[in-house]
Amino acid sequence: MSVTAARDKVEIGRGAGAAPLWQVRVGTPLSRAAAIGALAVVVALVLLPAVASRNLIQDLIFVFTMLALAQLWNVLAGWGGLVSVGQQAFVGLGAYALFAGVVTLGIDPVFTIPLAGLLAAVVAAVLGPLLFRLEGPYFAIGSWVAAEALRLICAQFKTLGGGTGMSISPSDLSQMIGLKSAQALFGLRPAAARDVLIYWIALLLAVAVTLGITAFVRSRMGLALAASRDNAAAARSVGVRTGRIRYLLWIVVAFATGMVGAVVYLQKARISPDAAFSVTDWTAYVIFIVVIGGVRTIEGPMIGVLTLWGLITYLAQYGSLYLVVLGIIAILIMLFMPKGVWGEIERRWGIRLFPTQRVLSRTSCGSDLAKNDLAK
Amino acid sequence: MLELKAVSKAFGAIVVAERIDLSLSSGEALGVIGPNGAGKSTLFNLITGMLRPDSGRVILDGRDITDLAPEDRCRAGIGRSFQIPLPFDHLSVFENLSVAALFGGGMGQAEAVQHCGRTLELTGLEAKANRPAGSLPLLDRKRLELARALATRPRTLLLDEIAGGLTEAECHELVETIRTIHAGGVGIIWIEHVVHALLAVVQRLVVLDFGRVVAQGVPAEVMRSSEVQTIYMGVPA
Repeated sequence: MSVTAARDKVEIGRGAGAAPLWQVRVGTPLSRAAAIGALAVVVALVLLPAVASRNLIQDLIFVFTMLALAQLWNVLAGWGGLVSVGQQAFVGLGAYALFAGVVTLGIDPVFTIPLAGLLAAVVAAVLGPLLFRLEGPYFAIGSWVAAEALRLICAQFKTLGGGTGMSISPSDLSQMIGLKSAQALFGLRPAAARDVLIYWIALLLAVAVTLGITAFVRSRMGLALAASRDNAAAARSVGVRTGRIRYLLWIVVAFATGMVGAVVYLQKARISPDAAFSVTDWTAYVIFIVVIGGVRTIEGPMIGVLTLWGLITYLAQYGSLYLVVLGIIAILIMLFMPKGVWGEIERRWGIRLFPTQRVLSRTSCGSDLAKNDLAK
Repeated sequence: MLELKAVSKAFGAIVVAERIDLSLSSGEALGVIGPNGAGKSTLFNLITGMLRPDSGRVILDGRDITDLAPEDRCRAGIGRSFQIPLPFDHLSVFENLSVAALFGGGMGQAEAVQHCGRTLELTGLEAKANRPAGSLPLLDRKRLELARALATRPRTLLLDEIAGGLTEAECHELVETIRTIHAGGVGIIWIEHVVHALLAVVQRLVVLDFGRVVAQGVPAEVMRSSEVQTIYMGVPA
């Protein structure tokens, strides 16, 4: 194509104005089918407590909360390049905020959950400027150190059990909003009805986090975030305020992580600093899920969390051996499928259920113009 | 109109810019030459805000932009290409341009799509619009540098050795593209070692050496001047 032709067409493009020559699509027929399928799965999960055993409900609470944490870590580290090893800080803060709210202030647990997120967000806003002075591996270590410091601070609160921790008494939870209706609906005892209620909250969180992240990654801010990760200097040179967008992401992720932490410990009803700020439970497992499933994909964490759940269920009888198996699987997948299970599926068959790439194509009137050009 | 007033910058004892005075009238094309280490890329970093000068001011359209961050200078109308291409590897070529148009160019979604499409067409990248930028060969990376800078719809475009490493034919094509851009009213400052490409476009030439402007003026005269002869040919002045 000659440059003169290009110039003519630039003029045509500008002059015509009314008829756009190009269009952008993110979705595909497959992704629309996947969206309908996902909706059906969610509806089935909402109705599941009517038939499921209490064990399954508790397992699924684990699956939903871990899925939410994994999606959050994926957007932070995978899309944002902020490889944090300190997300347990916000799980722990959320959990402690829940206990403080319910036990000492007597607030309804359901209302305490967003307040727990708020506390995590405020602490993240304060920590951010300090941690963002560090880059790459230094940021990772720094975030871990910050989490450890917060664990030690939480262990100082005697009213919240100090270093040994505490439990929420069932009487504190008996007035929980919606509990009576759940009891009546399924004819359950209070403890089982509480699990059902928490199950719905966990499901809601996992779905909201997944949808929110999908929308964010497809938005202009998601694009700016990905550019900042790939090359901050180049991103700034095309007008992206890289510092601000990372800082906002960090705070929003902390907010959601704090809410997940509150939900997890509402179900456990027992807290201790070591458990709530555990780097293994809330960061190592989460990274395992994302790396196994496929970093920088929406599908990856879903596959990863199901894999982890399956492994934990079937290997539980072997005691600590299951950690060894987990480690070996992680190493093998990193060696042979560096982009994770979903990354490999995508590479082989080119399919995405929840695509995030914006695909440019010519509109019909755009391609007519191109054909005319070729004819000349 | 872009102006540098007595801009100086040193890294320790090494002076990379020494009281540089430079101006670019709107729509002008200015070439910058000089040996390696003369401070050419530093000059761009001072203009785009990647470096802050130790002293002196940078003025854009009468507004002092010396204290503006790079992202705000881009939004004010300065676009640049990097000497070593810095694509956003995990984004597609189109997405690379899209982020530039949406943020640097301040466009809405619909406008950005059309603008990026046109820019891809102009720079010969249309067929590769949906490929990951990290998978492009060198020539296309250079094109992408240019295209991404153009996507911000700059009024002043800074090109850093964009013709280096290209074949004669590719270079000719690039010159034509840059002429087209210039004809559209965009002011250009172009650093280039491939002098014949530069001379085909620019109206004025500046020679840098050791962080100083040693000669400037009409390209043909500057090339004949004793300063350039000394620097490039080793002919004593």
